[in-house]
Amino acid sequence: MQKKSLSLAFAVLLFAASLAFGADNITPQTGGIFPAVELSKPTDAPHLKYLGLSGGGTFKLNQIKADVLIIEIFSMYCPYCQGEAPNINRLYKTIQGDAALKDRVKIIGIGTGNTKFETEIFKNKYNIEFPLIPDSEFKMHKVIGEVRTPYFFVIKLKGKKPMEVIYSKLGALESHESFLGLIKSAGLK
Amino acid sequence: MKHKIILAVVICFFLSHNAWALSEAFKNNIYNPGKLKPVDSVLKVKLGDRAPDFTLKAVSGRKISLKDYRGKKNVILSFVPAAWTPVCSDQWPGYNIVKEVFDSYHATLLGISVDNIPTLYSWTNQMGKLWFEVLSDFWPHGAVADQFGILRTDGVAERAIFIIDKQGIIRYIYVGDINKRPPLENIINELKKLP
Repeated sequence: MQKKSLSLAFAVLLFAASLAFGADNITPQTGGIFPAVELSKPTDAPHLKYLGLSGGGTFKLNQIKADVLIIEIFSMYCPYCQGEAPNINRLYKTIQGDAALKDRVKIIGIGTGNTKFETEIFKNKYNIEFPLIPDSEFKMHKVIGEVRTPYFFVIKLKGKKPMEVIYSKLGALESHESFLGLIKSAGLK
Repeated sequence: MKHKIILAVVICFFLSHNAWALSEAFKNNIYNPGKLKPVDSVLKVKLGDRAPDFTLKAVSGRKISLKDYRGKKNVILSFVPAAWTPVCSDQWPGYNIVKEVFDSYHATLLGISVDNIPTLYSWTNQMGKLWFEVLSDFWPHGAVADQFGILRTDGVAERAIFIIDKQGIIRYIYVGDINKRPPLENIINELKKLP
């Protein structure tokens, strides 16, 4: 009897977890909290250094050394992401060329359903310099509500505190000027 | 027993999620058929066989025969089940950025679907300008898929890859779970093995 109750309790717990983390997850919107998900660390030294990480294994976004993080949810199989790649490269170069921004604002791409091999193909095809993290098992994709791609989030990193979303939008980025203006006014205050 | 069933159902629900991500390129125009039986056909060819020849009309308007590549190019045949469905829409656009990689192995790609030409035309237009030929195996319906033994009982093809060498011999066969896209490295690793 006790065994049956335990398995039922486990089932109820799993069901609750599935509701919390399942396909019905809602995409975090501006003002909301970005979920903490473990991702694989980049394996190359320049990207580890860029993110302020070290060693191997996994990491959480709030471990990245920055005040603001721009996250592009992309896929190498997405035509719009392919078209958007040169635009994001320009944004990265603009940030890296600005002494006031380069250490405080970082960019990562999360390759939804992409293996490491596939994110490497995308990186090499478009000469992408910022880190691309594979999400081959759709782990991140699932908890952010299975968004279409490309999807952009900007989040404020505050150490161990919850990560606040200051931008959440499907599709290509607007002009770099207004985008960076938003980051300066909402993210770097 | 009842508890075990509840537990199994809940675990399945917990573990299930989509194995695809849709590009905004397709807007809200993708039909989701739900989770399908992973494989629903029996292969009629095997490694080392001469690939059955075929001639099909392409979206480009050309007629493409497999034998045209004999002695010239290795050929990757990518069969996808259906236009305007999630995983298929999330497959060929990736192949569209690896022409140089395929070229380096003297290989070309032919995409094949049982959809008709007008459907394939409007669907592939959303993928940008494709460098490879997209062939319609619409009529006689699925005849080429059937020659290879990958026509499912509902009339669509499996998600399948065949690599055929310059001599027309089948060197790689992938007939995978229709609900998932095969990783690109599967194809590249097999191309590396070709002479």
